[in-house]
Amino acid sequence: MDLLQDVIQHYNQWITIFLMVSGLYIVVARGNMIKKLIGLSLFQTSVYLLYISPGKILGGTAPIIGEGFSVYSNVLPHVLILTAIVVGVATLALGLALVVRINEAFGTIEEDEIFEMISEE
Amino acid sequence: MVLLTLLAVITIGVVRLRNLFAVVILGGAYSFLMASVMIVLDAVDVAMTEASVGAGISTVLMLGTLYLTKTEEVRPVHTPVLPLFVAIITGAVLVYGTLDLPPFGIADAPIHAHVAPYYFQNSIPETGVPNVVTSVLASYRGYDTLGETSVIFCAGIAVLMLLKGRRARKGAGKPGKGGKA
Amino acid sequence: MRFDLISRIGAKLFLPFILLFGLYVQFHGDFGPGGGFQAGVIAAAMIILYAIIFGLPAAQRVVPPLVVEIMIPLGVMIYAGTGIAALLKGGNYLNYSTLGHDQVHAQELGILLVELGVLITVAGTMIAIFYAFAGRGR
Repeated sequence: MDLLQDVIQHYNQWITIFLMVSGLYIVVARGNMIKKLIGLSLFQTSVYLLYISPGKILGGTAPIIGEGFSVYSNVLPHVLILTAIVVGVATLALGLALVVRINEAFGTIEEDEIFEMISEE
Repeated sequence: MVLLTLLAVITIGVVRLRNLFAVVILGGAYSFLMASVMIVLDAVDVAMTEASVGAGISTVLMLGTLYLTKTEEVRPVHTPVLPLFVAIITGAVLVYGTLDLPPFGIADAPIHAHVAPYYFQNSIPETGVPNVVTSVLASYRGYDTLGETSVIFCAGIAVLMLLKGRRARKGAGKPGKGGKA
Repeated sequence: MRFDLISRIGAKLFLPFILLFGLYVQFHGDFGPGGGFQAGVIAAAMIILYAIIFGLPAAQRVVPPLVVEIMIPLGVMIYAGTGIAALLKGGNYLNYSTLGHDQVHAQELGILLVELGVLITVAGTMIAIFYAFAGRGR
């Protein structure tokens, strides 16, 4: 039926959207800073999946030229996502260093308690 | 695919759990599953990078941060109705947008037509390297890789500036600048 | 008998193979999956494993913090220097075709140098970030 065919063709993208939305929810709704950073990395990883899944050709192979293969997956998303993964881990390391310094300055890493401390000084 | 459903289940676990150590370990398992999904999608370079960087370095750094901040539990929050509503609306709009995309895996989608065949035909005659990802990354798009290397350099320098040296003094009390190391 | 005897002996057996695998991924990045980033992270993982099992001072005797801090900008300089060398020989910036006697050899030489620069910077940065987090102390 038409709905089942839609689901099978777009299953990759719908799972990607679910991961993206839950990453966004963690960033917005949770107050602990480490959990926010984990939610951000969840969001970034779902975007990698979103970029790579259109590049796949059914019946093709990895983009390394070899004897006997003629259909390869598209190479451009792989290059972009390679850069994006490494930049993502650099940002994560910097965010975690900031969390460590915030903990030393305020004594806590919960966002609500830090707001109370700032607003009552 | 089964792997994608497992990814969704792990994500629900990450949202609901409150013990941060368990959340970090689940994040490492999530990265490994994402690397397996990428191998199924024929992206072998990306899978190797995601496994080593996401499940290796990222988990080690988060465990290091948990050790330094000594916080292991997230306290319960007030009911987050508004973020849940915003998230569901965003998800619904995105799902509506994906119904127009080309179906998964066909060979004559628009993205395969213009630039990629040029790289596949000219990689070995012009650069002599069979791995097209490496030749595009290092030779055809070398500027982007230079920018990426300097981003890693800047992040390393910034973390060293923030965290080098031992803690200056304990118990600053008021929220102020905690000791410049 | 220490309680971590199995971890120590196992890690001592594994460490050279991890480094060997990292170098394999770096130099065979032209013919199979791999390249500078993956190899840099694997080499950094070797030092991090050594520091976790044997303690941070032991790891800092093997790879001193000064060496790591020199490695971080050295890789970027190798990369940019390859571009400037190509510029000085008459081509555009980062156009490797002028570095050798014919185009294919010159491109392969350029790719080798560039990936070496990326390896040094990525390995240095990951080790330096780990030293910063682990040496902060409570």
